[in-house]
Amino acid sequence: MFSYILRRIWQMVPTLLGVILLIFLLFKFFGGDPVEIMAGVKSSPERIASIRAQLGLDRPVWEQLWIFIQQVFSFNWGKSWMTNEAISEIFRTRLPATLTIMIPILLLEVVLAIGAGLAVAYVRGSLTDRAIMILTTVALSISFLVYIIVGQYLFGFILGWFPVQGWTNSVWKNLITYAPLPVFLAVLVSLAPQTRLYRSFFLDEIGHDYVRTARAKGVTENTIMLKHVLRNAMIPILTNVATNLPGVFIGSFLIEVFFSIPGLGREILVAVNRSDYPVIQAATVYLAALTMVINLITDVLYKFVDPRVTLK
Amino acid sequence: MSAEMLQSLPQSPGVWKQAWLRLKTDRVGVVSLYVTVLFIALVLAAQLGLVAKDWQKEVGVPFAAPHMVGKIADGTQTATVETVSGPNIDISDVDPLAPRYKEWAERAAQFKTTVTVKADTLPFGADQQGRDVFSKVIKGAQVSITVGLTAALLATLIGTTLGAVGGYFGGRAGDFLEWVYNVFTAIPYILLVFALAAVLKSGPLANTLGSGVWTVVIILGLVGWTGIYRLVRAEYMKHRSREYVRAAEAIGASHASRMFTHILPNISHVILVQLSLHVVGFIKAEVILSYLGLGVPLDMVSWGTMLAEAQTELVQGKWWQLATATVFMATFVTAFALLTDALRDALDPKLR
Repeated sequence: MFSYILRRIWQMVPTLLGVILLIFLLFKFFGGDPVEIMAGVKSSPERIASIRAQLGLDRPVWEQLWIFIQQVFSFNWGKSWMTNEAISEIFRTRLPATLTIMIPILLLEVVLAIGAGLAVAYVRGSLTDRAIMILTTVALSISFLVYIIVGQYLFGFILGWFPVQGWTNSVWKNLITYAPLPVFLAVLVSLAPQTRLYRSFFLDEIGHDYVRTARAKGVTENTIMLKHVLRNAMIPILTNVATNLPGVFIGSFLIEVFFSIPGLGREILVAVNRSDYPVIQAATVYLAALTMVINLITDVLYKFVDPRVTLK
Repeated sequence: MSAEMLQSLPQSPGVWKQAWLRLKTDRVGVVSLYVTVLFIALVLAAQLGLVAKDWQKEVGVPFAAPHMVGKIADGTQTATVETVSGPNIDISDVDPLAPRYKEWAERAAQFKTTVTVKADTLPFGADQQGRDVFSKVIKGAQVSITVGLTAALLATLIGTTLGAVGGYFGGRAGDFLEWVYNVFTAIPYILLVFALAAVLKSGPLANTLGSGVWTVVIILGLVGWTGIYRLVRAEYMKHRSREYVRAAEAIGASHASRMFTHILPNISHVILVQLSLHVVGFIKAEVILSYLGLGVPLDMVSWGTMLAEAQTELVQGKWWQLATATVFMATFVTAFALLTDALRDALDPKLR
């Protein structure tokens, strides 16, 4: 087990280096000239020279790559080009808002989708099942945007159940007052595809021999679904949750933009619009690293969910 | 055997013909095919300038309502009537512009003025500037569907080429491509999109590409090839040692010929289904990118920019642009998704 984790971490090294290299080359050769972005078009030669020296642009490319790698591993990215705020400070202050949105979305999504998937699988083949399947197909084809726009209008503006948008410094107030509407809408949107998927996982399991055996020895249908089928379906569910984590990032990022929540996603979008490269680079590299770690944790979790799995 | 004898033998239909025959028996598939073809025809007509050419023309009053809603009488137009209470003070002797008033009036009279009547209601209503929502949604369909299709083609091209090389040759080249694949998939999709958008917006390529739709196509294509690569690679690994490929090698077919004239037609159904799956995904992505301001530029219209405009309109109670864009997009996306399912079933009956 321990040696497995060590080996997996060792295997991450080339991928992480690749990510660093990709981001470096992308911004180096296809990005704009940092001096032009920072100093504007009209600037004195001295100022240009000082910016170039400060960013290390006067050195050879491989040395610049080395500086970039050092930045990644020392967590020291200097300051934002636009606001002069330290990059580490940006991450530290924006991350809590993102997590306040993202964690409830993730938890509710998994729990509700498992429940809905089980319920639909239970009534498989019936009219309800088919109606729900048609409904989810149509629901899937409507853009994420429409749900947000209409939901914000309906629940925030017309019905007044939630504030339309807003954010405070207090975590509890955010969770109770401002987070519910964004979280509710995000979960609503993801429920359709997730329910379809989980239904298919459960249906796969229901077709197995052990279910027939359980039925033959007189186990009730509820026990079969909740104990036998649910437990065995945990492996595909776990894989799906892990592969969906980046998707939750996307969802929460967009939610932040729609509801003006001062989180990481909105910060990155603002950085894109202002050509604030260091913020984008740092976010991309670290979130890629985080994704790799999450994948490793998922693989280790398989071992606990299914003892038959051997980690090699 | 002579040619006539070959002709008289019973012929088994080809793969594509068989697939077509199967597709024809699938009722849902046929209906979705009709809807898709209708939309594609609309896109082509808009591209040629036959329909929705004047989408920018302000044909209605601002926020003209749809016919079914009827003319809006919101009372904001109540005219105030001026009543004369006495002669104005004559300021012509202190007004320095007074001598020129007559000259200006003469010059102004030389211009023809035409009175245009703006419609109070339009079939699908009008937006804030009085542009016809129906023309906009067709023009938007043109842009959104074109972006989705070309981006999917680009992603398929990249994915298929790299997958073919990686799966067919394996070895060093294969390992290298696997590394590239791992790198691309390690970065969360949205961040890669943002990074590319930042680079294409302010980098040296910004001038050559402009702020046109091509930027969106390139971003989506460069980010979206990984899934296709993976599948095509697996197919090539499966096929490369099959007998027909060995036979091709025996008659002296080159690597390129084996890869693209022998193996590729045999896996083209996999690629076609992937292509069509990606179209739907990219249309949805374009909508979101345009909303975020990273997609279609302001002087063009797509379903995404329509939804973005509709957000502020909705608060004022003008729901028709949102409804029209949503219905058109949902219809196309549903039809295309169902067509993809039907296509997959028709091309690969073993899957069922």
